[in-house]
Amino acid sequence: MADSFLRHSPLAHLGLAGRAGAFEAGTAIEAGVTMGERPYRGLVNLRGPAGDKAFADAVQKALGAALPVEPNTTTGKGDVAVFWLGPDEWWVVTPSDGPATADKLRAALAGQKAAVTDVSESRTCIHIRGAQARDLLAKGCPLDLHPRVFAAGQCAQSLCAKAMITLHQVANDDAEDGKDGGPAYDVYVLNSFAEYLWLWLEDAAREYGLRITSQ
Amino acid sequence: MLLIPCPYCGERDETEFSYGGEAHIERPKEPDKLSDAEWADYVFMRPNSKGVLLERWVHSHGCRRWFNVARDTLTYKIHAVYKMGEKRPRVPKTDYV
Amino acid sequence: MAQTFRLPEGGQIDRAQSLGFSFDGGRYRGYGGDSLASALLANGIHFVGRSFKYHRPRGIFAAGFEEPNALVQLGEDPRTDPNQLATLVELVEGLAARSQNRWPSLDYDIGALNNLASRAFPSGFYYKTFMWPATMWMKYEHFIRHAAGMGQSPRERDPDRYDKTQAHCDVLVVGAGPAGLAAALAAARSGARVVLAEQDHLLGGALLGEAEATIGGAPALDWARAAEAELRSLPEVRVLGRTTVYGYFDHNFLTLIEKVTDHLNRKPEHLPRHRLWKLRAKQVVLATGSIERPLVFRDNDRPGIMLAGACRTYVNRYAVKPGTTAVVFTNNDSAYGAALDMQAAGIEIAAIVDLRREVIGPMSEAAEAAGLPILADHAIVATEGGRRIKRVRAAPMDPSGGQVYVSGEPIDCDLLAVSGGWSPTLHLHSQAKGEIAWNEELGCFVPGEARQAAHSAGACNAAFGLASCLAEGATAGQKAAAAAGFKAKGRKKAAPKAADHGFLPARWLWLVPSDTPLGHGGKHFHELQNDVTAADLQLALREGYRSIEHVKRYTTTGMGTDQGKTSNVNAIGIVAEATGRAVPEVGVTTFRPPFTPVTFGVFAGRDVDELLDPVRRTPMHGWHQQAGALFEDVGQWRRAWYYPRAGEDMHAAVTREVREVRRSLGIMDASTLGKIDIQGSDASELLNRIYTNAWKKLEVGRCRYGLMLGEDGMVMDDGVTARLGENHYLMTTTTGNAAPVLAHLEEYIQTEWPEFDVYCTSVTEQFATISIAGPNARRLLAELTSDIELSPNDFPHMAVRDGTVAGVPARVFRVSFTGEAAYEINVPSSFGLAVWQATMTAGEKYGITPYGTEAMHVLRAEKGFIIVGQETDGSINPIDLGMDWIVSKKKDFVGKRSLTRSDMAKPDRKQLVGILTDDPAVVLPEGAHLVERVEPQPPMAMLGHVSSSYYSPNVGRSIALALVKGGLAKKGQKLTAPLLDGRKIGCTVVDPVFFDPEGDRLRG
Repeated sequence: MADSFLRHSPLAHLGLAGRAGAFEAGTAIEAGVTMGERPYRGLVNLRGPAGDKAFADAVQKALGAALPVEPNTTTGKGDVAVFWLGPDEWWVVTPSDGPATADKLRAALAGQKAAVTDVSESRTCIHIRGAQARDLLAKGCPLDLHPRVFAAGQCAQSLCAKAMITLHQVANDDAEDGKDGGPAYDVYVLNSFAEYLWLWLEDAAREYGLRITSQ
Repeated sequence: MLLIPCPYCGERDETEFSYGGEAHIERPKEPDKLSDAEWADYVFMRPNSKGVLLERWVHSHGCRRWFNVARDTLTYKIHAVYKMGEKRPRVPKTDYV
Repeated sequence: MAQTFRLPEGGQIDRAQSLGFSFDGGRYRGYGGDSLASALLANGIHFVGRSFKYHRPRGIFAAGFEEPNALVQLGEDPRTDPNQLATLVELVEGLAARSQNRWPSLDYDIGALNNLASRAFPSGFYYKTFMWPATMWMKYEHFIRHAAGMGQSPRERDPDRYDKTQAHCDVLVVGAGPAGLAAALAAARSGARVVLAEQDHLLGGALLGEAEATIGGAPALDWARAAEAELRSLPEVRVLGRTTVYGYFDHNFLTLIEKVTDHLNRKPEHLPRHRLWKLRAKQVVLATGSIERPLVFRDNDRPGIMLAGACRTYVNRYAVKPGTTAVVFTNNDSAYGAALDMQAAGIEIAAIVDLRREVIGPMSEAAEAAGLPILADHAIVATEGGRRIKRVRAAPMDPSGGQVYVSGEPIDCDLLAVSGGWSPTLHLHSQAKGEIAWNEELGCFVPGEARQAAHSAGACNAAFGLASCLAEGATAGQKAAAAAGFKAKGRKKAAPKAADHGFLPARWLWLVPSDTPLGHGGKHFHELQNDVTAADLQLALREGYRSIEHVKRYTTTGMGTDQGKTSNVNAIGIVAEATGRAVPEVGVTTFRPPFTPVTFGVFAGRDVDELLDPVRRTPMHGWHQQAGALFEDVGQWRRAWYYPRAGEDMHAAVTREVREVRRSLGIMDASTLGKIDIQGSDASELLNRIYTNAWKKLEVGRCRYGLMLGEDGMVMDDGVTARLGENHYLMTTTTGNAAPVLAHLEEYIQTEWPEFDVYCTSVTEQFATISIAGPNARRLLAELTSDIELSPNDFPHMAVRDGTVAGVPARVFRVSFTGEAAYEINVPSSFGLAVWQATMTAGEKYGITPYGTEAMHVLRAEKGFIIVGQETDGSINPIDLGMDWIVSKKKDFVGKRSLTRSDMAKPDRKQLVGILTDDPAVVLPEGAHLVERVEPQPPMAMLGHVSSSYYSPNVGRSIALALVKGGLAKKGQKLTAPLLDGRKIGCTVVDPVFFDPEGDRLRG
């Protein structure tokens, strides 16, 4: 792979670190939402027949994680996560190197009815957490995100404002010291929509107070 | 705005879906053997009836799967959803004028 | 100025908070908790506007959302809102309101002459007079609007921010009166997620306006406060005050408007002004209460004439006396309660005029016992007073209630409190397509079967007694929660005790007789906002209108901003009576959203300015910006259009870019092209069925151009597809069709050919695509890669190779849309900018020129290459484009059968041709029509239109593509383009390839 310092994220030009002050200074309220852009992560699109044991076994062997077959759920093993996207479609999410994950899956599935496509470069991931993270997303996303319906570990493809997103509720890193930091989400969005979605979320978060982090 | 129960993802807002017209209109296996009128009937002609219609939708902003819906075109009540290739559901007869 | 009509104590107001406000320039004071209307009344002001058509003085009529008269303009540009109901506007310090339906001022109003000449203004007057001649309507309308006016919209841009949000709940309760609170409590106690929406800022509904009501032996408001406290303490309950549910749509989707900051004197910067809630509720409880109806009697519209229930609310809730001496005019028992409350507040009750023959009913009997003067079986036959009522005349009626034979006794007063019965607020029930039934005894429409998961409870369900409201509310709340999956927990709480009388008995007289015939010597208004009288309704009927919907449109009854909340039932009753039909036969007009007017800003929300629509950016977008590119919108993408240098206009810049590509080297950002990864053993078969040409014999590592049709045989998309492996293809689509083409493939795979082993995945954004084109393209690429053989034999035109470019893994297509040797370098998108910069640096010695979409369009037009969506419009087939060479005769494909329909091969279809103007300097406008014979005037028989037109520096003249009827057979023929500016441009039909027809350059 080429030198990663040559990479540019689709939000790099906004200078996220420098934007933080603008929102904190303007409001006297404590930030109800924290947002940041996740660093590059591997994203591999996997297609195949969920009901075919050979397929499911091969995937599990290659990844260590079982293939999620329950709609809108994820599975994981170590730092690999697998998202259910549809009855025959998944994402394999890794902290880095999508092409290597894709190669591994391709090798494991050779000769089977399956398709493996590296899509790591197609999307970025906006991380949102905080006491009002759920209210913020509700402004743009038609999903019911109430904890009775959508909890940590679940994923869904939907819309946020006019951008298609894949939403993944994750554990909140802020929820330390027995304090509930509110829900946390990873929002995957196509690169070309990233600026739009970021600006939209910034604007929508204004009433809650917004903190911007490096990730 | 409709609330459509995607047979894969569950209930979602209409905004996540696209409409695909009447269901169970199969593409002819040998189009060349059809008369112009028969072909035009396949491509263009739909009854556009009032009452329960079996129609196709695709969850375009979700799982991208096509499926069928039995929906009353007057009341918009959805009587059933079923996957492609599944048998037609029993739906109530409507006697709208 | 003193609030002379303020009671010394009582009311739900905060006397510690004294607020200054202005109305029509006059300065007044009110208290926290006042509405603008109650504050005006506290200062003795009733007269607040003039009527729409006759400009008659009008006063505050109601105390809530049903107000037809007291519409005011609030604030100053840019923060100004017309048509605000004074009864709903919460008083804030510094509030500035103006009356709006007058000119030049409320007291001296020129339009009031309309009233004197009212015989000339029957219903339908505007239609009959001003619509003719049609060309004059614009002038008339300007005058009418100026004179009448419905307030002014702001001229400047709205500085406020608006928010939209989506929400979900198990049970939505609409209205926080006794029924709504009981329903919310019952549902919330079961654990369901409950939203309680109340338009008012206080919960309690009708209880706020009643002094004597008790629940469980304690004041009813104490119960309401306890209920509110409990609801607010529950984590799954959301209480939305100042929130109106204004729309009820399919599948229990409701829209609410929350007024977040209107009531705040200082508006916090971070809060939106209004918020639109788009709420999906599993179950809905409608507890929307009821609306009091006026009576239709002669000159029933003067300031000082008010609904009896409103008078009661002003006295009890706002501690305001709406008058000093009141006459009460009623057809039912409820107004007696108002009379008693007014008397207790020190208002003299001069008379209670009752249309009923007997004074019966609990409140009537209490009033009688209290010694109030009552005139039973009497009608008010006339009123007097200009800017305030000062006298009424009451007379006995004949036994039928249809006639009065005497002019009656005068009674002095400054307030006339009227009650014509109560109508359930059915709006939301009806918007949800629920049925409506007529209840003869109650004299009102009541909800019938609901068509959605909704339950009506309380007064909106014709349960007018307090105990019934509480019981119905609790039952509806429980039922709704249970239906949403939440069974009641623990022991059922017994409903608290309360009185349970409604407004019956009543006597229904839709039209109150007077001592002159209808329409003579006065007006019987049934509709105050749009100034419609009973005589107008009868005129409409005489002119042949029968359907209530037609009568409504002809007379404009119920068509004001209040949508006839107080007037509709009376109008229907009058029409029924006049046509000898029963009320249900006449039926109701349609209830439509919004229930009350909604600010435009909230519909826009934050979808304004840069957030109006997504602007899709490629990885190199920022570079184009820095290079001074101008951009064009292609779908949601923003693509570099051209890169002007200092002093260059568009023509100069594009000419330079086009020349440089053919002279040496150009570079273009092609990342927006759609890319679909296709894998599976049936991938070749899929392409065979989707494209018009054959794919099975394409070698791995080679590319092919394909044309995609709809099943109707028309061109849908085109692009180059590469075979990456035996069962692996990469399809490219046009920029705008990336998503539609993927959807098209999926539709056929999933619905027609489910047996296929093939998967499609969009990879449009996985790659940044850098296109280099021109005689030096190969030389440049050779400097950037060491692992791709570039000789024409190793890497011919229409081939694909994987390797490394500028140190980054790349897939390079040798394809050309310009007619030059060209390479499309695809790299992982995060490396796009770096590779682009490396390519620019390496290309410096060749004078590498970034070119935009405009130059690309010129270059491809020189070659006669089509652009889908420019040369096609959904009605053009491959034969029309002269592209039959790409249409297979052997295999079936989508759209093939349609191509053999007889009308698809007709010689007079519009066909693609080239056009050369006689004067090579003239560039035809795109869209220009082409004709064979020029007539002095349109219409002229049109042969077709110009689809693409440019100045081509490489051809040295203007060139154009056009779609011309029978064009393929017209080569060499002279045509004319008559332009809008009067020029008639002579031109010749030619072959659509203008440059390098043999294609030697792109193979080099």
